[in-house]
Amino acid sequence: MTYTAQKPPLARSSEELRAEIPGWGVDLDPANRPAFPQERFDPGATGAHWDFPERQSSNGYRERSIEHEFLTPVFGTSVPLRGVSGAIRRLAYERFSEARAAHWLLLLAGDRVDAAESHLRSFATTRPDNPFTETGLRSEISHHGIASRRGRIDVRHQWMDPILVGGPWVLAGVAVVKIARRLARRGAHTPGA
Amino acid sequence: MLAMVYRGPYKVRVEEKDIPTVEHPNDAIVRVTLAAICGSDLHLYHGMMPDTRVGHTFGHEFIGVVEQVGSSVQNLKAGDRVMVPFNVYCGSCYFCARGLYSNCHNVNPNATAVGGIYGYSHTCGGYDGGQAEFVRVPFADVGPSVIPEWLDDEDALLCTDALATGYFGAQLGDIVEGDTVAVFGAGPVGLFAAKSAWFMGAGRVIVIDHLDYRLEKAREFAHAETFNFGKHKDIVLEMKRATGYLGADVVIDAVGAEADGNLLQHVTSAKLKLQGGSPVALNWAIDSVRKGGTISVMGAYGPMFSAVKFGDAMNKGLTLNMNQCPVKRQWPRLFEHIRDGHLKPNDIVTHRIPLEHVDEGYHMFSAKLDNMIKPVIVPTAS
Ligand SMILES: NC(=O)c1ccc[n+]([C@@H]2O[C@H](COP(=O)([O-])OP(=O)(O)OC[C@H]3O[C@@H](n4cnc5c(N)ncnc54)[C@H](O)[C@@H]3O)[C@@H](O)[C@H]2O)c1
Ligand SMILES: [Zn+2]
Ligand SMILES: [Zn+2]
Repeated sequence: MTYTAQKPPLARSSEELRAEIPGWGVDLDPANRPAFPQERFDPGATGAHWDFPERQSSNGYRERSIEHEFLTPVFGTSVPLRGVSGAIRRLAYERFSEARAAHWLLLLAGDRVDAAESHLRSFATTRPDNPFTETGLRSEISHHGIASRRGRIDVRHQWMDPILVGGPWVLAGVAVVKIARRLARRGAHTPGA
Repeated sequence: MLAMVYRGPYKVRVEEKDIPTVEHPNDAIVRVTLAAICGSDLHLYHGMMPDTRVGHTFGHEFIGVVEQVGSSVQNLKAGDRVMVPFNVYCGSCYFCARGLYSNCHNVNPNATAVGGIYGYSHTCGGYDGGQAEFVRVPFADVGPSVIPEWLDDEDALLCTDALATGYFGAQLGDIVEGDTVAVFGAGPVGLFAAKSAWFMGAGRVIVIDHLDYRLEKAREFAHAETFNFGKHKDIVLEMKRATGYLGADVVIDAVGAEADGNLLQHVTSAKLKLQGGSPVALNWAIDSVRKGGTISVMGAYGPMFSAVKFGDAMNKGLTLNMNQCPVKRQWPRLFEHIRDGHLKPNDIVTHRIPLEHVDEGYHMFSAKLDNMIKPVIVPTAS
């Protein structure tokens, strides 16, 4: 009992559990647990046959956290920095350590700018972004969108998702129409046009 | 090759990309035969992870066949069927030498606070992931293993993250015989954690979620008692009642940054990105574990701050254990458990989706449609 010394009794004894539940107790002994203790010095266990890895060649600029002494010997080469978002991200890396909120807030800002830049850029390609196909909305019809959500508590905020995703597109659309109208009007007033 | 590509929050598509090349002498190029979408991918998909770039390919759970190896690779050759842990790690730094493979210092220039992860943003090193036909695998002599003959492909796939992580999560609970273990989250990680808690001698396992179909799986697959927090006004109070007002001895957070259950916390983090992650489940864990108890955090949170109830954790004298899973360390023992029939990993796989339809896979997993628990992605070339 909680208010006295003994633990509240369990419904099933260890013997019963061992009989009923597959594998019950096979790792009772911590020595059988591969993650115990978490830290275990065993440099020979990894398969590495080097003291320090050979360095991957870096052609060009590779951003890094200023909490690193140097560029790590191996790194990913997906999507190098580019555009305005690239400049924002570069600033985040070069000026602020990971301890600073500014570092992460700038990176998040870079992400939003990247998305906008990339959408714009996509309109100059043969495959412009398509907010309907890329959001997988078709599965709402093919995989029971309505029935799946019946009685669920997360519907309280799921309605926000289309606004977060579609909102910027709607705003951009409105802006384009407004600018086009203004240009058309200006054209109409131009003498001789 | 075809690859899943991120196009901005809630948007992904399949694109034609160049096949990756050997960029380091210990690289391998792997032709992916199966991949999966992980709950962690949702944090990227929702735009919560800083420095997630448009054009990046996600995917840190995958198996495949070695296509090509770099000049210094000794342990693998073309044609080998391999399973690849989600961690990119060197095997030789201070941290790898101590078994902390998920905390490697030699593979992620972008951050020191996190190791390298395939397809998990530049904050985790900027490596393209395995939801594609081919993937670059650095340190081929360290991370990947040849898939044992007897192991099914889908089971091997689940060993690369979800199963290893759930098993690791139960271990970090420091469970002793007869402990009451509560697991928040009945996704793949929570289900495997609940299942593994019995291996360590738990006396009772309780799983909490708000999705009934997942709780049903928790009862069936993990032999757990279940609570739907959406049907209780105060789940912490419910946990106290269920444990004779003591609290659980061990609580595992298998939810992470997008936790539901408190609209303000969820919206400020998952939607508005003002917090590193919604700490609802973590706070429930802190409040429903007993004094002196242990919390194991497997749920992932962003690098920004979150509104965690640290005072309660301190006053209650809690031990908090946590990490990204060092996957390969779990394998030998996990293989024994699978072989001995203690669990069948792919019991939790609900959907198999062609790579071409990855957009729908993400949407369904994110919105939890069609009773989805674990979606597997099947690339065309395989
Ligand atoms: N530490 C690691 O190495 C590691 C590895 C893999 C995944 N993860 C993390 O583990 C978490 C779970 O991954 P998954 O693949 O199972 O994801 P998932 O999205 O399928 O599962 C999360 C579950 O939590 C439930 N949930 C939401 N709010 C809750 C709350 N307040 N209380 C209880 N349950 C709640 C959801 O309904 C869902 O079923 C994610 O945060 C993921 O990033 C960590
Ligand atoms: Zn994962
Ligand atoms: Zn290392």
